Amino acid sequence: MRDFYGTTLPNGLMLGTAQYPSPAILADAFKRSGASVATVSLRRESGQDRAGQDFWQLIRNLGVRILPNTAGCHSVKEAVTTAHMAREVFGTKWIKLEVIGEEDTLQPDVFGLVEAARILTEDGFQVFPYTTEDLVVADKLLHGGCKVLMPWGAPIGSGLGLNNVFGLRAMRAHFPDVPLVIDAGLGLPSQAAAAMEMGYDAVLLNTAVAKAGDPAAMADAFASAIRAGQLAHTADPMEPRDMAAPSTPVIGKAFLE
Amino acid sequence: MKLLLNGASIDAQVTTLADLIVNQGLGDAKVATAVNGTFVPAAARADHRLSAGDAIEVLAPMQGG
Repeated sequence: MRDFYGTTLPNGLMLGTAQYPSPAILADAFKRSGASVATVSLRRESGQDRAGQDFWQLIRNLGVRILPNTAGCHSVKEAVTTAHMAREVFGTKWIKLEVIGEEDTLQPDVFGLVEAARILTEDGFQVFPYTTEDLVVADKLLHGGCKVLMPWGAPIGSGLGLNNVFGLRAMRAHFPDVPLVIDAGLGLPSQAAAAMEMGYDAVLLNTAVAKAGDPAAMADAFASAIRAGQLAHTADPMEPRDMAAPSTPVIGKAFLE
Repeated sequence: MKLLLNGASIDAQVTTLADLIVNQGLGDAKVATAVNGTFVPAAARADHRLSAGDAIEVLAPMQGG
């Protein structure tokens, strides 16, 4: 597996921490899946409920790598400031950079994304940009210092899967040496397997697990699918063809007419 | 002095950002701070004097995808 800014992960599952029915179910989902990266966020804290402190203890106990995000940020300034705050709180240079450009699809504002990625890279961050499958944007992100790309599969929380298979396949082929992560939009383990079969290095998902009837079982299912897809990719799949080709040898067949 | 803390108006008798964090019961908490949209690192809070009307954001770890 490719490394992410010098870190080799034990598997290709990055799992979000939002929307679970309870903290215990969240912890169980991580345990069952073996996910090695947890995405987290920052929100306002009050001295009365101190909700963030309890959550932080829960995340620390998971023993996984932390990937803070800039979710909900709509401008470069907002995203850059949030990233700085996240680096201090979580003690990591990793940042999942989101600059949202449009509310209906939560599509990234790729112009702001490129600018924010450049600024943060210069500030010493290791940026995981949430982007589209646009190759020109991807190239600009790489030139801006990103060493990982995270194209969307489909709009966040939609569960639609890999909406643009051609574009994602082209991205994998165009950047053969860049770690690529499908971020967002997955709803089923089969979609994660398809991404890994395509040669993607990891998938990042949240809603598909957290909103399942049994989140821990679904997390386990995604982990199995990711393993299967990755193994299939390294096993060098056969080329598809339009016409049938008999798998049973014809030579030596009896003549029984 | 009147301040805007996480979007809510408060009246606090504090001088610095570090004072405010303690005043709010978050002295020992894992939080990050910003004043008027600019990040203020933890190490700089004691030297950051607040002015009436300042907008302060105090953020903590939270669930995210």
